[in-house]
Amino acid sequence: MQIAHFTERPVRYIPEEPVLENRAFFGVSNKYIDRDKSADDYNYYLDEACYCEEVGFDAVALNEHHGNPFCSGNVLNIEAAILARITSKVKIVLIGNPLPVVKHPLRVAEELATIDTISRGRLVSGWVRGAGSEQFFNNANPAINRELFNEAHEFIMQAWTREGPWRYEGKHFHYRHVNPWVLPYQKPTPQQWIPGVLSPETVLWCAEKQYPYLGLGTALGPTCDLWDMYADKAAELGFQCGPENFGYLLPVFCADTDEKAQDLGRGFIFGGGQNAFSRPEHTLPPGYNSKAAIRMLATQPGGSWLGVSKAKLMASQEDQWDAAAFDALRDKLKKGYDKVQENLQVVVGSPETCAKKICDILEVIRPGVFTVFAVQGNVSDADRMNSVKLLGEQVLPVVREFAAKQELTGPFDQVPGQRKLASGTKRDPVVNREALEKLNLP
Amino acid sequence: MATTEETLNVAGAQLVVVRGGSGKPLFVCHDEMGYTGWMKWNEALAANRELIIPLQPGYGKSPRQDWMWRHRDVANYYLNVIREMGLEKPDVMGFGAGGYIAAEMAAAAPELLGSLTLVGPMGIKPDEGEIAEMFACTVNSYMRLSVHNHEAEEYGQIYGGEMSPEQFELFEDARAEAARLGWEPYMFNPSLPNLLKSAELVKLPTLLVRGAEDAVIPPNCIEKYKAAIPQAETVSISNAGHRPEIENSDEFISAVQKFLS
Repeated sequence: MQIAHFTERPVRYIPEEPVLENRAFFGVSNKYIDRDKSADDYNYYLDEACYCEEVGFDAVALNEHHGNPFCSGNVLNIEAAILARITSKVKIVLIGNPLPVVKHPLRVAEELATIDTISRGRLVSGWVRGAGSEQFFNNANPAINRELFNEAHEFIMQAWTREGPWRYEGKHFHYRHVNPWVLPYQKPTPQQWIPGVLSPETVLWCAEKQYPYLGLGTALGPTCDLWDMYADKAAELGFQCGPENFGYLLPVFCADTDEKAQDLGRGFIFGGGQNAFSRPEHTLPPGYNSKAAIRMLATQPGGSWLGVSKAKLMASQEDQWDAAAFDALRDKLKKGYDKVQENLQVVVGSPETCAKKICDILEVIRPGVFTVFAVQGNVSDADRMNSVKLLGEQVLPVVREFAAKQELTGPFDQVPGQRKLASGTKRDPVVNREALEKLNLP
Repeated sequence: MATTEETLNVAGAQLVVVRGGSGKPLFVCHDEMGYTGWMKWNEALAANRELIIPLQPGYGKSPRQDWMWRHRDVANYYLNVIREMGLEKPDVMGFGAGGYIAAEMAAAAPELLGSLTLVGPMGIKPDEGEIAEMFACTVNSYMRLSVHNHEAEEYGQIYGGEMSPEQFELFEDARAEAARLGWEPYMFNPSLPNLLKSAELVKLPTLLVRGAEDAVIPPNCIEKYKAAIPQAETVSISNAGHRPEIENSDEFISAVQKFLS
């Protein structure tokens, strides 16, 4: 198993009220930027990544978002380039470059090849479509998002592997002279891991490409369903999936005692947490979703996707903010915090508590990559570092031992897609539904 | 009045067309949110006209055409439809983004048209104000923004009550296709004002209509159209926003009938 540490690098000094009032992080004015505190944060997060390497994480993972204090990683390749130089062992996992919103795949190919070369082959390059709000921020046409994604990805694969110079005339991208004078250090290409929030299209695409799929804190039941879908598709294509095809990212915060962890772990619901990433109208720009996803949204009033339901979408922008509602909202968020812990979608506690819950989850979904998503909100450097220390020193050894017993092979132990499956042969299970039953989740 | 809805294979694509009435053809380009049904204004104009309303490709019923990249492509396709259907100098009327398409049709082939009526047209970037953002808001918000007279009976008929899953899906199809064609530059073509300035187009009777309270199309859009098409008549419909045809249908019908006669 490969174990990674991930953080959104939250803007930690922002007051909560403007986020609550805006009902989302996306769209909060940048007038709240404090350049000195911002400099502290950016430097701290680089130090934190180095400390993760020191305490035994196999990888540090980065992402990027735009116009959003939920995540101060606006240009992840810049941070990754710095990490390439200041770390020496960890994989640098990018989850990922939002290809449609960057709009310049040749440039992305060069940037990533630079990171891979400086780090002497430690890059794991993930790709994403970009959240809905990124389409607005970058003026990227959401109605052709998947076309842009697919074409940019195919182009980068060529730019990395085909001898130049050559010319490219595609549908959305055009280059007269493709001949980058930096190529990936890893041959033929770095590994590519694809994060997602249960979009079936993405899961099937990963199976076709034999790329590991990383569930981003998704509920365990639907995660099992989607991984079965991946494994079925893989079987059709003639390979047996194993843990190396799957990764899972889980919000985890560790402190010396359960009580302290519970208190600080509330950072996960700061400003409304992940569900307040962006308002529904920004989460679902026109054409961003497939027809099937829209139909599901239209016909399943209770069924939400990215925390959005048709009812929420309809209600958005309907009501005026009532400033007296802060306390009521915080109460509601606290209830949500308890609920996601009961569902095991957030793990907060002492090292013993965290290790037990993480192993319970791993037994069900059997991933080869496990990624810790560090706490959000205004948690101090010392408390964050302590969480990393406790995880590294006390939780990771337990998790590694458990993973070894469960034979949770990571994608650097077993190349994904290399276990052949003869036509007509029944595939092995990839998840453990009995273990899920036993957890008796609400 | 009886209307028909049929699927044609025309000009290389499948196109669903709604037709009603009889008389000289009036080719109607619906607005950015799609065709919302046969309303009072359709009925009035169909008394002595045949209304031909193509349901724009990608808006849920006519299949999306991947090769159509811009509103100009839709316009040129519609010109081919007019040619293939053998329509003799049809009057062309467009609403909102449909007005943008109609204006592109006039710019490309004014000789094929009998007249041009643009209602709250997008398509030209205003110097003052902006064409309202329709993609960073919900369907409900855009409807509310579009319509000034919320008491209008037909507003209630179209948008009142709970939105059915089918209607929700159609609106999302409409928004997706509008975005695909008009995301950037946002719902205008920088060259359109220049392309409208042709010797042939100067001969085309043109009517520019704007709801007096239109929150989507700033007054300057109409002024810019007027500057490009100097012979155009302009009319403002009182107590109406971006949907004057349903918000104050009497005044709208009267202005259009006067122009078309």
